[in-house]
Amino acid sequence: MKYVDEFRDGELAKNISANIAREADPKRNYRLMEFCGGHTHAISRYGIADLLPSNVRMIHGPGCPVCVLPIGRVDQAIRLAREHGVILCTYADTVRVPASDNLSLMRAKAKGADVRMIYSTQDALKIARENPQREVVFLAIGFETTTPPTAVAIKQAAAEGLKNFSILCDHVLTPAAMHAILAVEGGVAIDGFVGPAHVSTVIGSKPYEPFADDYGKPVVIAGFEPLDVMQAILMLVRQVNDGRAAVENEFTRAVTREGNLKAQELVAEVFELRDMFEWRGLGSVPNSALKLRPKYAAFDAELKFKVDYVEVPDNKACECAAILRGQKRPQECKIFGTVCTPENPVGSCMVSSEGACAAHYSYGRFRETV
Amino acid sequence: MSTVKPNYTRPLDIKNGRVDMSHGSGGRAMAQLITELFAAAFDNEYLAQGNDGALLPSAAGRLVMATDSHVVSPLFFAGGDIGCLSVHGTINDVAVMGATPLYLSAGFILEEGFPLADLKRIVESMAQAAREAGVPVVTGDTKVVEQGKGDGVFITTTGVGVVREGVNLSGDLAKPGDKILLSGTIGDHGMAILSQREGLTFSAPIVSDTAALHGLIAAMLDSGVKLRVLRDPTRGGLATTLNEIAKQSGVGMMLQESAIAVNQPVEAACEFLGLDPLYVANEGKLIAICAPEDAARLLEVMRAHPLGKGASVIGEVLDDAHGFVQMTTKLGGRRVVDWLAGEQLPRIC
Repeated sequence: MKYVDEFRDGELAKNISANIAREADPKRNYRLMEFCGGHTHAISRYGIADLLPSNVRMIHGPGCPVCVLPIGRVDQAIRLAREHGVILCTYADTVRVPASDNLSLMRAKAKGADVRMIYSTQDALKIARENPQREVVFLAIGFETTTPPTAVAIKQAAAEGLKNFSILCDHVLTPAAMHAILAVEGGVAIDGFVGPAHVSTVIGSKPYEPFADDYGKPVVIAGFEPLDVMQAILMLVRQVNDGRAAVENEFTRAVTREGNLKAQELVAEVFELRDMFEWRGLGSVPNSALKLRPKYAAFDAELKFKVDYVEVPDNKACECAAILRGQKRPQECKIFGTVCTPENPVGSCMVSSEGACAAHYSYGRFRETV
Repeated sequence: MSTVKPNYTRPLDIKNGRVDMSHGSGGRAMAQLITELFAAAFDNEYLAQGNDGALLPSAAGRLVMATDSHVVSPLFFAGGDIGCLSVHGTINDVAVMGATPLYLSAGFILEEGFPLADLKRIVESMAQAAREAGVPVVTGDTKVVEQGKGDGVFITTTGVGVVREGVNLSGDLAKPGDKILLSGTIGDHGMAILSQREGLTFSAPIVSDTAALHGLIAAMLDSGVKLRVLRDPTRGGLATTLNEIAKQSGVGMMLQESAIAVNQPVEAACEFLGLDPLYVANEGKLIAICAPEDAARLLEVMRAHPLGKGASVIGEVLDDAHGFVQMTTKLGGRRVVDWLAGEQLPRIC
């Protein structure tokens, strides 16, 4: 496929792999976190770990919107669908996230809730227009990439006077999560970050500068194709070797320092910061998520239906928290692959193919047997 | 001179008529639907017997029987419809057992309100597929459910066939060292359905690969090559079918990503929707596993048939107690090709 195959070329991969092997100092370890689930998926799907020397290890970060959604947020959506009888629309993987009472949106659907999988906020608006007698709620999840389309939908709904449409806003912010990972007392065992691809097309590379300047961690923004990731790893190895910490951009074909200003304006017009938001794995993180501005309060399902957020602790045996922080590997969790599998996920990291546990289970578990 | 009045004074209004509850009631309306629509299209000597079941001649050899229900949405798609799909699907299930398919049955669950014109189109497509395959629909059944309790039409077909002398195919016969062959591109059917459902258009339209494979399989069996496993990778795609075989045979597999062909629009649509073609359904492809020394000859035979011209050797069977299906990626890394978790696409066949 033109414009894609070039970034999946096996010969070029061999070259980069050889460069990484040559330049990585055998006397030290390189612990690099790919923040984004998209990178986790690319690393697993293309078997990139096999192309890295053993002292360059990738740690899967929390950048999978489904994985960081706490149980209480899914519970809210299920309550809306079951108790308020709304048509609950959301992006695909979200329907499988485990919630309280052994439910998920998919299981709630089987019990009669009207849950619909959609590909775009435009689908949710269409459902609302076609069902004027029903309330339609869009469970809006995701990082900065999916926020602008939600903002567009809200503005459209306002312009059309669509009164039966609202959103349950669970949009979260990447830099806040990276701060939460790094701001651990005593520091963290991470030598550098592969920075997000799509998120960075929106927010630009500038918001990552504090991680280099204040925490001394190199950041290389990379595209989601396998060669992008490998090139970024090489660039990180070089920064670590040089003792440098800078924000570098491998994904120059799509990311600028300033980002997409139009999208940023749109988001700022519709959303404002939440004081506090609970993340699965990271706990409550200040200023890490968005809510609708008072001007658009009529589209806020939390206010419209008065469904309060109730914090629910994760399953005790589940290590998602430590895994999302990069402190543990999926296979170090006692229930990984036994009680917790992609068919019956206990923790959210097992739900989406971008989640660290599901990616390792689905693509990498042969490595434990050799 | 007396004339005998026909039973039905008015023929079915195919153009504007719709299925109603009386079409499944066992009364005259149902008899009329069967005579004018089903029997007219499927027309064969067994159906013409007009009894509750078809009386068939005895067959020499071991029998294979397979059944398949079809609930695809949309009912009509690029490259086919639920009618021909329901014929191909069951013929393929019989044929991959090494059997020559002989007869089909068809059960229809119709939803009240379904346009008769659409039903006619579907039944005629089924009849044509059955004729082309040389496998008649010899018996059938029709039920009608109330509006809202079906989705237009569901079709269940059952097929019977006779296994050739000396042929012994089974999912548990793959052995370490065996070669794995695939008859062509993957993902065409599933993405034809999904792209139509999602309104995705590409410069070249994605067309379902739905086809009856018994001709290709007959050529493969005729060649004298000792086949161990044949299977059609439908729901769950190539990945799921290979995992089934690996589990049954207690072996592992190593695939070469570069040997697995994907049509470009299918690849683009998968890319766009975040799907992996390895898990997307096919309706006209087969996987064959044979001893390594037979692989070259088998490949040649497959490529000589129109439905196998894109065949390739995609990997080999390994000794692996864990039963992992693995793949060497185009990039040069390795990954597990796991079972499909959850559902990738709803209602595709």
